[in-house]
Amino acid sequence: MPIKLGEASYKERIQSGIENDFMRGAVSSAQGRFRSGRLKAAEELGNWEDWRTRGEEIRTHTLENIDFYLQQLSDEVSKRGGKVFFAETAEEANEYINNVVKEKEAKKVVKSKSMVTEEIGLNEALEEAGSEVIETDLGEWILQMDEDPPSHIVTPALHKNKEQIRETFASKKGYKNSDMPEELATFAREQLRKEFLSADVGITGCNFAVTESGAITFVTNEGNARLVTSLPDTQISVMGMERLAPTWEDMEVLVSLLTRAAVGQKLTSYVTAITGTRLEDEVDGPEEYHLVIVDNGRSKILGTEFQSALHCIRCAACINVCPVYRHVGGHSYNSVYPGPIGAVLTPLLDGYDDHKELPYASTLCAACTDACPVKIPLHEQLIRHREIIVEREKKSPKSEQMMMEGFAQWASHPAAYKLSARMARTSLKPWTKDEIIKNGPGPLKGWTDVRDFPAPSKQSFRSWFKSRQKKERGQ
Amino acid sequence: MSIQNRDSFLQNVANHLGRPRKTEQVERSSFTVAPQWEVFKDHTQDELADELEAHCKVIHTTCKRTTVSELPHVLWETVKGYDGKSVIASDDKRNDAFGVTSFYKELEEQGVEFQLWNPSDGHYNMEFAERADVGITFSDITLAESGTVTLFNNSGNGRAISLLPRTYIAIIPKSTLVPRMTQAAKHIHDANQDGHPVSSCVSFITGPSNSADIEMNLIVGVHGPVEVTYIIVE
Ligand code: SF4
Repeated sequence: MPIKLGEASYKERIQSGIENDFMRGAVSSAQGRFRSGRLKAAEELGNWEDWRTRGEEIRTHTLENIDFYLQQLSDEVSKRGGKVFFAETAEEANEYINNVVKEKEAKKVVKSKSMVTEEIGLNEALEEAGSEVIETDLGEWILQMDEDPPSHIVTPALHKNKEQIRETFASKKGYKNSDMPEELATFAREQLRKEFLSADVGITGCNFAVTESGAITFVTNEGNARLVTSLPDTQISVMGMERLAPTWEDMEVLVSLLTRAAVGQKLTSYVTAITGTRLEDEVDGPEEYHLVIVDNGRSKILGTEFQSALHCIRCAACINVCPVYRHVGGHSYNSVYPGPIGAVLTPLLDGYDDHKELPYASTLCAACTDACPVKIPLHEQLIRHREIIVEREKKSPKSEQMMMEGFAQWASHPAAYKLSARMARTSLKPWTKDEIIKNGPGPLKGWTDVRDFPAPSKQSFRSWFKSRQKKERGQ
Repeated sequence: MSIQNRDSFLQNVANHLGRPRKTEQVERSSFTVAPQWEVFKDHTQDELADELEAHCKVIHTTCKRTTVSELPHVLWETVKGYDGKSVIASDDKRNDAFGVTSFYKELEEQGVEFQLWNPSDGHYNMEFAERADVGITFSDITLAESGTVTLFNNSGNGRAISLLPRTYIAIIPKSTLVPRMTQAAKHIHDANQDGHPVSSCVSFITGPSNSADIEMNLIVGVHGPVEVTYIIVE
């Protein structure tokens, strides 16, 4: 399944994540900055809890009626000259897109960042069929040159430093200037402009599809999604089937939640809503438009206790507050969806077999749940996963048996959820020495071998996390 | 066939939800909260203009305020400041009323290469925009809270004008100011309900393009314009 990034085991991935010193530093400083941006924006917004409630209400209603809204969306897009393809599987989606590209005899395809195309392995599928695919988001472009998978939803090249980027530009594109970020970006702009102007097909993801009028919206800062949707004559948008907003007013609320929770901005530089093909007398925008709606395991989640995981608006706020992510980095999750939401979603989309460790990549401190702008009970869902793995699937590896028993026990006492931070401390006790965990069981070991991981303090993990941030800032 | 695989796909979705497929417009239960309508609820146009101006600092955007009669002068200063040797602008019905049409003539007389977006020139518009120093459009709805100009792109206002040139100038009639995106969304929703289909591209633009993809340093000016000026016109 393409949702998996590679064959290295979870433990190996954690190991290499921890040994990559720059990455850990970059991840934690990014987390801190994203997080404080989010808190600031939430504060400015005033009644943040009301916003979250509104977001949750919109998402709940939408998912409960998703069949109607998908029907409405496809009708509206088709009225505006677009073609709509419903793909049950990744393979069906890739095949359809490949056929469009073939029919157009397109040689060059430009793309803007999209998790769903990553999830279905579209680039590989296109390349196998002989097309040249260019990622145009700065971070993705850098990764593509190095054939590296993204490590963070919002800033995918978080694990690379500017010297490494300069190296890449120099060896792959003959770049001669310094490693100043501005110079690197200017070079990328020049290189990518050529690609945009000569591309035959543009492919984007979709942040929200407004079903009442068939508008597909993109939320970006760089402007590449605008270029992708303005210049090539053929355009394809690929969306996970749950990415819907029934009305413009719903979309507006979700976009406000997304930009604030993701990057602490009131709005990103560009929110662009495109509807079908360009009109008769217009000269830019696509003359042929395709919308590909992807299931790929999502429908299995509907009607289950995990349905609210599909409410996710991909803001990465849960990732930015996650103390585990902070230590192991994005690649350790072995999924295109990292962090707490990745730990919830990946086993649902791709089965437990290859991802059974993921629900353990959490301290159950509930910081993710508190951060989520649409109130997905992430840590409770992680507990449910653990329970399912332990109780139903009986697949627990020996070394983790003890931890799992502990977790299963908590999960069977709903009141214990609230006490999870305190419980975590108790459960980790046997390996705790002076409040520092030396050798935890299972996945914990991967990082405690290299670096001491502080145990959840007596107060709670969250306040520990805060005081640690303060310490880092030298306060 | 413009819609493929829909029925089996949606039937499967309904099956998982454990109920028959819904094909009729669904009822919306009312929301319990509406915080988005609280922002700048009682602001006057002048107060909204102040908010916009204040927020421009956050979004790396120059903000100028002027009157209709002074607008050509302010535009000229801004174009000169951007070292504008080539300018592309939208063919907007407000161009005459705001004295912008004569300003564009003046530009050409001053030796600035100028293109008014013109569908009959086809692809040439985009080529021009790609090498232009400055793109100029009006804002259709302006969001004070976020410092955002909203463009309903159409045959006279190509998407490329605000995107491809090195710099971008938005002319903001004060009357276009609203508190936030909420009002713009409602406008589009209402128009759609009244049978006015939404334009093929609605662009909400907030300052210059930027990226934090290299070591989390903010780089202003990536794929889109590097510098942006808003001119609020009384
Ligand atoms: S689960 Fe919530 S916090 Fe995490 S990415 Fe999704 S919406 Fe954001």
